[in-house]
Amino acid sequence: MVKLEINGKPLQLDAPPDMPLLWVLRDVAGLTGTKYGCGMALCGACTVHLEGKAIRSCVTPVAAAAGKKIVTIEGIDAERVGRAVQQAWRELDVVQCGYCQSGQIMSATALLAANRQPSDADIDAAMNGNVCRCATYVRIRAAIHRAAELLAV
Amino acid sequence: MGIIQRIPSGTALSARIENVSRRNFLKQVGGLALGLYLAPVGADSGTAAPGSAGGGPAAAVDLEPDAFVRIGADDRVTVIAKHLEMGQGTYTGLATLIAEELDADWAQVTVEGAPADTVRYKNLLMGIQGTGGSTAIAESFEQMRKAGAAARAMLVAAAAQRWNVPASEITVERGVVEHRASKRKARFGELAAAAAAQPVPKEVRLKSPQAFKLIGRQRLPRKDSPAKTDGSAIYTQDFKLPEMLVAVVAHPPRFWGGIKRVDASAAKALPGVVAVIPYAGKPGAFQNGVAVLSHNTWHAWKGRDALKIEWDDSGFKLGSEEIFARYRELAAKPGLIARRDGDAQSALASDTAAKVIEAEYEFPFLAHSSMEPMNCLVRLGDGTCEIWNGEQLQTADQAAVAALLGIPAEKVTIHQLYAGGSFGRRANPQADYVLEAVAIAQAARAHGIEAPIKLVWTREDDTRGGWYRPAYLHRVRAALDVHGAPLAWHQRIVGQSILKGSPFEKVLIRNGIDETSVEGAADLPYDIPNLQVELATPEDIAVPVQWWRSVGHTHTAYVTETLIDELAIAAGKDPYAFRRTLLARQPRHRGVLELAAAKADWHRPLAPGAAGARRGRGIAVHKSFNSYVAQVAEVTIARDGQFKVDRVVCAVDCGLAINPDVVRAQMEGGIGYGLAAALHSAITLKDGVVEQANFNTYPPLRIDEMPAVEVHIVSSAEHPTGVGEPGVPPLAPAVANALYAATGKRLRKLPFDPSELKV
Repeated sequence: MVKLEINGKPLQLDAPPDMPLLWVLRDVAGLTGTKYGCGMALCGACTVHLEGKAIRSCVTPVAAAAGKKIVTIEGIDAERVGRAVQQAWRELDVVQCGYCQSGQIMSATALLAANRQPSDADIDAAMNGNVCRCATYVRIRAAIHRAAELLAV
Repeated sequence: MGIIQRIPSGTALSARIENVSRRNFLKQVGGLALGLYLAPVGADSGTAAPGSAGGGPAAAVDLEPDAFVRIGADDRVTVIAKHLEMGQGTYTGLATLIAEELDADWAQVTVEGAPADTVRYKNLLMGIQGTGGSTAIAESFEQMRKAGAAARAMLVAAAAQRWNVPASEITVERGVVEHRASKRKARFGELAAAAAAQPVPKEVRLKSPQAFKLIGRQRLPRKDSPAKTDGSAIYTQDFKLPEMLVAVVAHPPRFWGGIKRVDASAAKALPGVVAVIPYAGKPGAFQNGVAVLSHNTWHAWKGRDALKIEWDDSGFKLGSEEIFARYRELAAKPGLIARRDGDAQSALASDTAAKVIEAEYEFPFLAHSSMEPMNCLVRLGDGTCEIWNGEQLQTADQAAVAALLGIPAEKVTIHQLYAGGSFGRRANPQADYVLEAVAIAQAARAHGIEAPIKLVWTREDDTRGGWYRPAYLHRVRAALDVHGAPLAWHQRIVGQSILKGSPFEKVLIRNGIDETSVEGAADLPYDIPNLQVELATPEDIAVPVQWWRSVGHTHTAYVTETLIDELAIAAGKDPYAFRRTLLARQPRHRGVLELAAAKADWHRPLAPGAAGARRGRGIAVHKSFNSYVAQVAEVTIARDGQFKVDRVVCAVDCGLAINPDVVRAQMEGGIGYGLAAALHSAITLKDGVVEQANFNTYPPLRIDEMPAVEVHIVSSAEHPTGVGEPGVPPLAPAVANALYAATGKRLRKLPFDPSELKV
C-alpha cells in the first residue's frame, strides 16, 4: 500500500514501491489523462507535478512520490496558472490528436508558475522534453505567450 | 493513405461487408432522436464539379431514418462522425458541415464516433468505411450538408404544424426556430420529438456559399479541444472494461520469425502476471508472439521482459545496405512504364541534350511513430466480437476480424475512440495489430481466459513493429536543351509495393504498377516534352510496409522538386521563375507557387545571418490528394553543417476551406512531420533486425527545431479537397533547395546528413 495525495485528495493505493507513478495513476487510480509515450522520459507525455515541479511519471517509482503532492492534468484547473494555460490552449486550438497535450500543459504550467514572462528561448528550453508528433509546436509557443498575457491581467 | 480516393464505390470490398449494427444503435437512441441517413447521390459525389458548393436547384436526396445527426430534448445536437479523429480535425469539419445547414448554434453541437458500417458510413470515395487519402471532408461535403438541411426541414415542418403557420415563414438561427409574425419561438430540443415524426424530405435545398455562417469562418473552436485539454478525452490506451486484461507482447527479432521454445517460469512467478499466452501470427498480416497478461500494464510489461524465448531463425534476414544494393541492381534495368510522353531515352542520348544531370536518391524506411503506440481492445462473445479502437479502416478491419474468427462481419462490432495520432498507421491494409489483439484473445480463451484483452504495444514494439513507409531508390537523368529549356526526364523508382497482397490490390494496382509508388512522379505537372517514369517492384523484401502520411508523395516530391530546382540552376534561371514558366498550363500549381513566393518576399534578398552563418531560401510546389501546396523554406547553416529551418511560408489551395484554422493547423503539422523525417528519421535493418527502438534512436522533431510557419490559403470556391497530407510533400525539397542555395550542395539521401554541409 502506498499513500499518495493526488489532486488534493489523499489516497491509499495498492501498488508495489517500484511501480512507476504513471502506471499507478493510470491503472490503479484510474486517472488516464496522463499518457504513456515512451517509458524512458524521452517524450514528456507522462508529465505530472510533484510538489509543483514537472516530472516524468514513467520513470518515477511511486515510492518517490509517497506522501508528496501530485497534480495531474485532471487537477490542473484547481490552480490559476493551470486554468490560464487550458484557456490559452482552447483559444488557440493547439490540440490535434491530443495525446501529448496533457504532458504539454503540465510542462507549460510548471514553466509559467516559475516564470510569468517566458521568452521563446525559455519556452524552447522548458518544453524541449515534450514531444508532439502532430507538431503543434507553433501553437504551443503561442499559447504559452497567451497564457502569460492572461496571467498578467 | 494514397490513391484510395480513386477506388470506385461498390467495389468487391464494400459489397462483401455488411453490418446491421446501426439498427441496434437506433434502438438505443430511442424516440426523441432525429436521425437521418442520406445515401450517396452517386459514386462520384465527392468529386463533384467546381461550384457545387452552391445551392442551385434542390438536391435530390435519398433519405432513410437514422445516421448522421441526432437532436435531443436537451437541445443537444449530436453529430455522428463516420471518420476517425486522429488529430486532423474531422470531427470539427463534419460537424461544421451539418451545423451549417441545420443552422445550429455551434455551442450546442457535440460529436461522437460512428460504429463500423459499410452501408451507412462508407467513404463515398473509397467504397468502404475508412479515413484516409485526405478524403474526409472532400467526400462528406455534400452528404453532411444534406443531412443537416434535411434535419432542419423536419424541425421547420414540426414548428409549422404546431403553430399552424406556413413553413416558408419560419426562420432558423443558432438553434432557434422562429415565426416572427406571430412572435413564436422554439428551441431545437422542444421540437425534436415532433420533428422525428415528420416525413423525411424527398429533397433539400442547400445554402449558397454567400449564406454560409460557419463554413469558412476563420475561428470556429475545435470540438475536441476541451476534452483534450483536461485529460478526459478517451483513447484506446485509456478505455477499460471490467475484468479487462492488458497484453504486453514479445515479437520475434526478425519479421515473420517463429518461436521455438518459451520459458515462462520467471514471468509467471512475478506479481500480477495472470497468464503467458503464445499465439500464432498470420503470414503477411501480423507476427507470431508471446503475450503476458495482467490487470496492470506495468506488471504485464515486467512479465514480458522476464520471458525467456528461443526464436527460430526463419525470419527476414537482409539489412538496409543489402536491400539498397538490390535496389541499385534493379535501377540499372528497365522497369514497368508508369508514364511516357515523347521519347526520353532517345532525347537524352541526342545532340539536343546540351546539359544532362544524373542523380540517385535514397529514402529509408520510416515508422509513423504516433504518440499513442498501437493498441486494441477486444471482447470475444458467443460468435461475436467487440472491438474498441481508434479505427481508421473500420469496415476493412471488420471484415478481416470476421475472417480470422470465422464469423459474419455483422457479428463484429467496432467502437470508435480517439486515436493518438496515426499518420496512416492505424489504416493497416492487413489489419495487423487489430488481428493480433483478436488472436491473443482467441488464444487466451483456449487457455480458459474469457476476459476482454487489450493489446498494448510499448514504444519499442511500435518502432520495431514494421509497416513502414517503404524504402525507395530513385535514379533520374534529366536534360536541358541549348536554350535552357527542359528536354527530357527519365526516372526509375525502385521500392516495395504497399498494396500488393492487400485487399486493395485488385483495384489499385494496374498493369503491375502500384500507384502509391509512383504518385507525384508519374503525374509530373511540368511541361517536359520527353518524360518517362518507370517502376521496379522488388518481390523478395519481406519488411512489412504501408502508407505513411502523404504516401508516395513523401519520396516522389523530393525528387521532382529538387531536380527541377537543379535544372533551373543549370539553366541559369531563378528556381521560382523556371517553375512558373513550366506550369503555364497548371493554374492551381501556379497560384500557390505565386502566393508563397509573394508572401515570402522571394525577390528580396534574405537577411544575412550572424558572422560565419550561411543562409538560404528554397521553394517547392506539389499537388497531392487534389490539393496544391507551395512552400518557401529559409535556413541558417553553421560552419559545421548543423542548420536550423527558420521559417516556412506555405500557400495551400484546397478548394473551399471549410475550417480555415484547421487547414492552417494541418499545414503547420504537415511541415513539422515532414521536417522530422528530413532531419532525423530512418528505420534501418541489420541482418533483418530493426536498429531503432525508442525516441532516442528514432528521434522526433522537438520544439526548438520547429520553424516559424505562415500559412496562406488561396480563396477558392472549388470543391473542398484534403489537407491532412498535402502539407508534407513540399517541405523536404523546399528545405533541400534552401540548403543548396546556401551551400551549393545537393543532398540526395534522406534523412539529411549535416556533415555534408560543412564549410
